[in-house]
Amino acid sequence: MKVTNQVKALNVLLFSMFFAGVLLLQGCFSTPASDNDSGKNLGRLAGEYTATLTSAPEVPPSKPWLKKPEKVIVNIEVIEKTMKLANGTDYTYWTFNGTAPGPFIRVQEGDEVEVHLSNDPFNKMPHNIDFHAATGPGGGAEASLTAPGHTSVFSFRALRPGLFIYHCAAAPVGMHIANGMYGLILVEPRGGLKPVNKEFYIVQSEFYTKGANGDTGLQEFDLDKAIKEQPEYVVFDGSVGALTGNNAMHARVGDKVRLFVGNAGPNLTSSFHVIGEIFDNVYQEGGSIVNHDVQTTLIPAGGATIVEFTCKVPGTYTIVDHSIFRAFNQGAIAQIVVSGDENPNIYSGKTKDTLYYPDNSKNIEVPGKISQR
Amino acid sequence: MAILVLGSFSAFSQRKMKGGDAATAGMVRIPAGIYHPFLKANNKTVSVKIHSFYLDAHAVTNAEFLDFVKANPQWTRSKVSRLFADENYLKQWAGDFNIGNDRVLNSPVTNVSWFAAESYAKWMGKRLPTMEEWEYAANSAPVNAPKGEKLSTMILGWYSRPTPAVLPPVESTFKNGFGVYDMHGLIWEWVYDFNSIITGGDSRSAGALDKQFYCAAGSLNAVNKEDYASFMRFAFRESLKANYTVANLGFRCATDVDQK
Repeated sequence: MKVTNQVKALNVLLFSMFFAGVLLLQGCFSTPASDNDSGKNLGRLAGEYTATLTSAPEVPPSKPWLKKPEKVIVNIEVIEKTMKLANGTDYTYWTFNGTAPGPFIRVQEGDEVEVHLSNDPFNKMPHNIDFHAATGPGGGAEASLTAPGHTSVFSFRALRPGLFIYHCAAAPVGMHIANGMYGLILVEPRGGLKPVNKEFYIVQSEFYTKGANGDTGLQEFDLDKAIKEQPEYVVFDGSVGALTGNNAMHARVGDKVRLFVGNAGPNLTSSFHVIGEIFDNVYQEGGSIVNHDVQTTLIPAGGATIVEFTCKVPGTYTIVDHSIFRAFNQGAIAQIVVSGDENPNIYSGKTKDTLYYPDNSKNIEVPGKISQR
Repeated sequence: MAILVLGSFSAFSQRKMKGGDAATAGMVRIPAGIYHPFLKANNKTVSVKIHSFYLDAHAVTNAEFLDFVKANPQWTRSKVSRLFADENYLKQWAGDFNIGNDRVLNSPVTNVSWFAAESYAKWMGKRLPTMEEWEYAANSAPVNAPKGEKLSTMILGWYSRPTPAVLPPVESTFKNGFGVYDMHGLIWEWVYDFNSIITGGDSRSAGALDKQFYCAAGSLNAVNKEDYASFMRFAFRESLKANYTVANLGFRCATDVDQK
C-alpha cells in the first residue's frame, strides 16, 4: 500500500507539473480568441456572494449590476431518494439538491465559481460533478469525487458565456445521469442577457426502468435498456407531468418568453419544438450564434439551447420532443398556458365547419362561428 | 502510513488463539482459484491466482465491534485520534460503550475507518481480505438466485432501492456459492488495499500514460463494460481515505490457511 500511495502522489505531482506547463505556455503566447482565455486578464474578484439556486422550472434572477467578476459560492448536496416518476410509478433518483434536474445556477462570464459538493451520509454512492462550463480536467469531476458523508470544494473560472449542462461523472457515468444527476448553469455575458418577461428552466432526459412504461410501484434501473438506448420514459424536468396540467408554466399575451433547455440524455438527441410557436431567437447549442425564425431545434445529449418567442395568441402551448412517439407515448410533454385577449388577426380559431362531399356538388354550410376554445 | 499503523497497534491486547478450529469459527474456507480482475492491465485480461483463505461468513456486527472497543478503549468514539477515524466514527452508537439500539446489535457495524477495521482484525488474530480476495469471493452467484438473472443485475437492484432506516442484520440477504453471506446488497466493505486503484476520480479517463496500469474505472480498461456493479465498487473505494467513515461501509475479516 505504501508503494501505491507513492504512485498516487507521483501521479498528482506529474499532473500538476503538466498543468502548470500548459498555463505557462498559454501565458507566453497569449493571443487567444477571448481576452479571458489565459486567465491573466480576468481581473481581481470584486466580491463574493452565495448563488441563489432554483428548482425547475424556476430560474434565478440576473444580476446585471455586477460589472466585475465575483466569486460565486454554489452549495450542492447529493441526495439519493425515491420520488414519483409517473402516476403510480416511483424511482430511486440520485439528485443534486433533492430534485431532478438539479438547481439552476446563474453566473456571469469571468466569475469564479466555487463549488461545495456534499454527499449525504446515508447515500450509498460516491458522487462528483462535471461542469461543461468549466475549463479543466473532467470539468471538476476529478476534483470533486466525494464519499458519502463528505464535502469537496473546488473552483473554476467561467471563461465562456453560454448555457451549459452539469452532471455527475462518477463511475458508471451513464447510470448516474440516467438516475437524475444533471442540471444547467447559465454563464451570462457580463451585464446579463437582455431582460424578458418570463424565463423557464427545462431539462429533457430519459429513464430506463425494468418495468414497461406505466408499470406501477418502485422501478429499478435497467442497464440492458440503457445500453440499447430504449428508454421507457422520456420526460421534461424529471418526471411525467412535471410541467403539465396544474404544473404547467404560465405567461400572458405580449410576454417575451425565454426557455433555458438542456438535454441530459443520457442517450437521445432532442428535436425540441413548441407546438404553435416559432422561435424568434435560438441560441444554437447554447452558444453565441443566434438563429431566427426556427420551428424545431436540435439539442444534443449533454448540450443545451436557449429559445425565445413572443406570446401573441392565448391558449395552451404544448412543448414536445418532436421525435414524436417520445412525446405522446413516453412522456416528453410540457405546457405553457398563455392567457389574455384573442388576436384574430394572427389566429382566427375555427370559423367554419361544413359537410364535405367528394364530388363537391352539395356543400352545406353549418351556420355560426365555432370557436376552437 | 504503515509505520503509523504498526505503532498504534503495539499496545493492543491480542486475543489468544485456541487452535485452528476456534480461530476460524464463523469463517468459511474459500477454495483456491483464478480471479480475473475487472480491469485490464496493459490492455490484457489478467488472471490472478488466489490461494485458499478463510473469510468471515458475515460482516462484523455492532455487538462484535463493541467487544473490541471495550477491550481497546483507545478506539472509543471519544478517544479515537482524528488521524485514524473522522468525526462520524461510530456515529450511530449512543455512546462510547453503548450501542443504544438493540435492533442493530446483529447488524453490520458501519461508520468505521480502515484503521479501525484493520485494528479489529489484528485483535482477532485475523486480517482484512485483499481486494482480489474479496472480489473473488464476491463473484459467486447466490445459491438461491433466480434462474437466468445475472449477479450484476441483482446488485444494481440493490442500488435502485433506498437505504433502509435501520440496517438489516447480517445474513439477511443471500448466501453465495462459497457459503458467504451478504457480499452484495447489505453494505460496502473495506478491503486491505482499497486504495491501490487509481482512477483520478473521473471515471471516463481512459488511462493516460502513467495511469495505464492502475486506471480503474476508465471504461476502456474494463474487461466487461456492462459490469456496472464493479464500476461502482471501484469508484466507491476510490473516493475513500483510510480515516473516512461512511454509514454504509463496514468490513469482514480473513485469515490465511495454514500451510502445514
